[in-house]
Amino acid sequence: MKKQITLKLNNETRILDVEPGDILLDVLREMLGVKSPKIGCERGDCGACTILLDGKTVRSCLVLAIEVDGHEITTLEGLGRAGLTPVQQSLLKHGAFQCGFCAPGMVLAATELLGKNPHPTKTEAKEAIAGNLCRCTGYEPIIEAIITAGSKAGRRA
Amino acid sequence: MSSLKFVGESPQRIDGLEKITGAATYVDDIDFGARLLHAEIVETPFAHALIKRIDTSAAEKVPGVVRVITGKDFPYRFGLYMQDRFSFPTDRVRFVGEQVAAVVARDAKTAKRAAKLVKVEYEELEPVLDLVQALRDDAVLVHPDLGNYTHCPWFFPQAGTNIAHWRKTRKGDIEKGFKEADVILEDTYTVPRYSHCAIEPHVIVGLYDLSGRLTLWSASQSPYTQRHVIAQALAPLGLSHKDIRVVTPYVGGGFGGKAGVSMEIICAALAVVVKGQPVKVRWSRAQEFYNTYQRQGVIARIKLGVKKDGTITAIEHTLHWDAGGYVEYGANVVNAVGLSATGPYRIPNVKIDSVCVYTNLPPSGPYRGFGYSEFHFGLESHMTRIAKQIGMDPVEFRRKNGIREGDTLAYGAKMNPSGLHQAIDRVAAEIGWGKKESSKDPNKVIGKGFACFWKAPAMPPNAASSAFIKFNEDGSLNIGVSGMEIGQGFMTVMAQIAAEVLTVPVAKIRVELPDTDRNAYEWQTVGSHVTWGCGNAVKAAALEVRGKMFEVVERALGLSRDTLYLEDETVKCRVKPDFALPLRDFVINGIQTPHGNFVGGPILGSGMFMPEFTSALSDPETSQGGHPNVHYTVGAAGAILEIDKQTGKMRVLKATLAVDAGKAINPQLVRGQVVGGLVQGLATVLYEDIRFDKKGKLVNANFADYKIPTAMELPDEIVPIIIEVPQPDGPFGARGAAEHTMIPAAAMIANAVEDALGLRMKTLPITAEKVALESIGISYDDVKGSHMGFCFVGRPDAYNFHTKKPSKK
Repeated sequence: MKKQITLKLNNETRILDVEPGDILLDVLREMLGVKSPKIGCERGDCGACTILLDGKTVRSCLVLAIEVDGHEITTLEGLGRAGLTPVQQSLLKHGAFQCGFCAPGMVLAATELLGKNPHPTKTEAKEAIAGNLCRCTGYEPIIEAIITAGSKAGRRA
Repeated sequence: MSSLKFVGESPQRIDGLEKITGAATYVDDIDFGARLLHAEIVETPFAHALIKRIDTSAAEKVPGVVRVITGKDFPYRFGLYMQDRFSFPTDRVRFVGEQVAAVVARDAKTAKRAAKLVKVEYEELEPVLDLVQALRDDAVLVHPDLGNYTHCPWFFPQAGTNIAHWRKTRKGDIEKGFKEADVILEDTYTVPRYSHCAIEPHVIVGLYDLSGRLTLWSASQSPYTQRHVIAQALAPLGLSHKDIRVVTPYVGGGFGGKAGVSMEIICAALAVVVKGQPVKVRWSRAQEFYNTYQRQGVIARIKLGVKKDGTITAIEHTLHWDAGGYVEYGANVVNAVGLSATGPYRIPNVKIDSVCVYTNLPPSGPYRGFGYSEFHFGLESHMTRIAKQIGMDPVEFRRKNGIREGDTLAYGAKMNPSGLHQAIDRVAAEIGWGKKESSKDPNKVIGKGFACFWKAPAMPPNAASSAFIKFNEDGSLNIGVSGMEIGQGFMTVMAQIAAEVLTVPVAKIRVELPDTDRNAYEWQTVGSHVTWGCGNAVKAAALEVRGKMFEVVERALGLSRDTLYLEDETVKCRVKPDFALPLRDFVINGIQTPHGNFVGGPILGSGMFMPEFTSALSDPETSQGGHPNVHYTVGAAGAILEIDKQTGKMRVLKATLAVDAGKAINPQLVRGQVVGGLVQGLATVLYEDIRFDKKGKLVNANFADYKIPTAMELPDEIVPIIIEVPQPDGPFGARGAAEHTMIPAAAMIANAVEDALGLRMKTLPITAEKVALESIGISYDDVKGSHMGFCFVGRPDAYNFHTKKPSKK
């Protein structure tokens, strides 16, 4: 039995019918055309499907679509509409990604961190992305980019 | 070479913006609309069994199911170097999880439900799960038809046995060499299997359209090789290369796992059977672990002889590889090691036996390092041990024996220019080699580890690269190559090479993702050879383009082409200093003459490259006479390791690695390879611990139980060092430097553990649990339980390396 849900996806109200068992990740990718959250493990281990749900990172493979009725979702597509955010700029400058498959989740994890802690330490940056697996980079350039974005934010303030 | 403008710089990655914005499209992101079909695989629960009957009738009745396919529909064999693998096996299964049927349905849920209704009757056979058992004279055979398989000319399968290939290398006089030695050290090392763990699982969509054209959208490192291998497999259906097109969008990590053809053959088969509709096959994380490729396990015996002054006199290196149920690619890993298992040392007397053994574990294949990580663990452990045994500093020992340009390799060819000694010195300095460090915490000890490495690309002698270059109206240009951007930065490097020749900035160059219909040929993106091979092709194409531009200017304006040169996207003339013709003014529309007509046209160029000096033909008993490898990339690595004596927990305080890239076309990308590869290598020592049960079933096929590093598991400090001793035949002196960076990690840590605790670990991984147990005198082998990491269940010390040819059945 399908149920109608309403959500705000990247600042746009979307209304759709979902089955109670539909996984949010699949609904985002297949029904709503948002492709940046990736399918990596389908059990919450890898973080490639990370999205922001009401501003907090969640694994969209572990959330049912009906659970987000009335909530707000941001994916990477919704982040840089008005140009790259400072953390995106910093990640780009540091050549922080290689294959790029973990990037959408990683950018959102970094965004959440810098939103609540604009000047993270190295350990805080590591902890913030500890749920997002990357097999290419050894994480170093990503951590470096997050810290740099944080210190830049500090200088501007 | 002296005034390079683009090569040697680190411009922003040309794929950076796409990846940082989410614009980068991977195969699974492509929409195929409502007609897309989904496949679910029916897998065998047995490691070795005969297929007696497959009943698909119940599954076929499920509404939404389009077809159920088995080996009856598609009985074809395939393989890169040896055609031993089946799209769907017809008579027997050879590893737990092998595909026996596939259900194609309108949606994924229906496919999954119906797959459970496919009934397969098996007759269980004794699985070959122990190398000892596999090599017994009366062994159960994994491939009774081995003698009938087509394979490359440099493989030597032994029909009637489980030996798929045996590479023998002999140099000098091994007995004389050991007689000359003052000290001989002999020991056994074991390395289990590992999984690549690219974050993007394998995924492929195939469409066999109603005109008979097969298009595959594939997450692959090898678009052209996939086309070729699939064309060979589909030849009985009348398909040929021109009927098949492979399109490869961005790939979410490869590490060798997406080289060649593994699960992709299933999609090709399904697409052909459900003609007219696209069908997607996407691997789950678990399937990613057991039904693509794994890194093979190995048990290796090293006998090394040295004189008191530290000179190595002889090495005997015997490696028995657990290569799994199919070795169509993996046997070449075994081959590569058989040629190079001396490591980067000048050794006059050499005997190497690298034996590829079929077992009933998942198929083996290429994994970053291509066998070198595996043999370096034992070899570089052994080098440190024997140095200590003769009272010589292990780093000094390596300096003394380290290979130099012109030295004779084990198979008779000469060593290429090498910065090995520079790398050794830089790494030793970076970790303060020789200076003992102690922890403030009395429970912790600190040790230092050192290891050298080398590796050559393993390729057929005619592995070729090629490139197209075309200009756009604004003077920007596109490069059409089929090397794969798997994250290493291939596109950016190709752009930099073209930029250097054509003076067009990297930001104005687009490097296209491969499509076998459009882009120029590339064998595969493996072996860290594309910077070198494809880079040479791009450079050749750029030179051709430059020549064509000068020719047009000469014809249109009467300036001799010999006087022309490029500067800042402009054609200039040595004898006419005021002449400056911007490329954008003529590279598409030509040059107008005083008569009003135009001369020239769209400027296009192509380039090709093949290592014409290589040959895989050599004496099968000695490997002498050929030139199988193009060149070796060398380097060294070191670590400072802190160990908690009570828990065994290890923390890498510092890790450093120096690699001789010849010329770092893009230093930031090379550093990225060093850091990423080193962390991947450290993971194989410290964390990743694959487990099979005694029936051959992989029990930890997920990221919770098979631990790859998170951001929390990094060394405190990683120092990448780039050495640049030019490769004469490389573009601007470059050679590959990507795979190599994970090779020394295991031995480096093992050597550091011994330095800290006096404990010599000879089996990977070296987890905290093992270190804690072994430090209190409990042998891990005695308590590890019934799970195994590869096909050997006994104690390594007791393994009998019989290299007597088993009698034919």
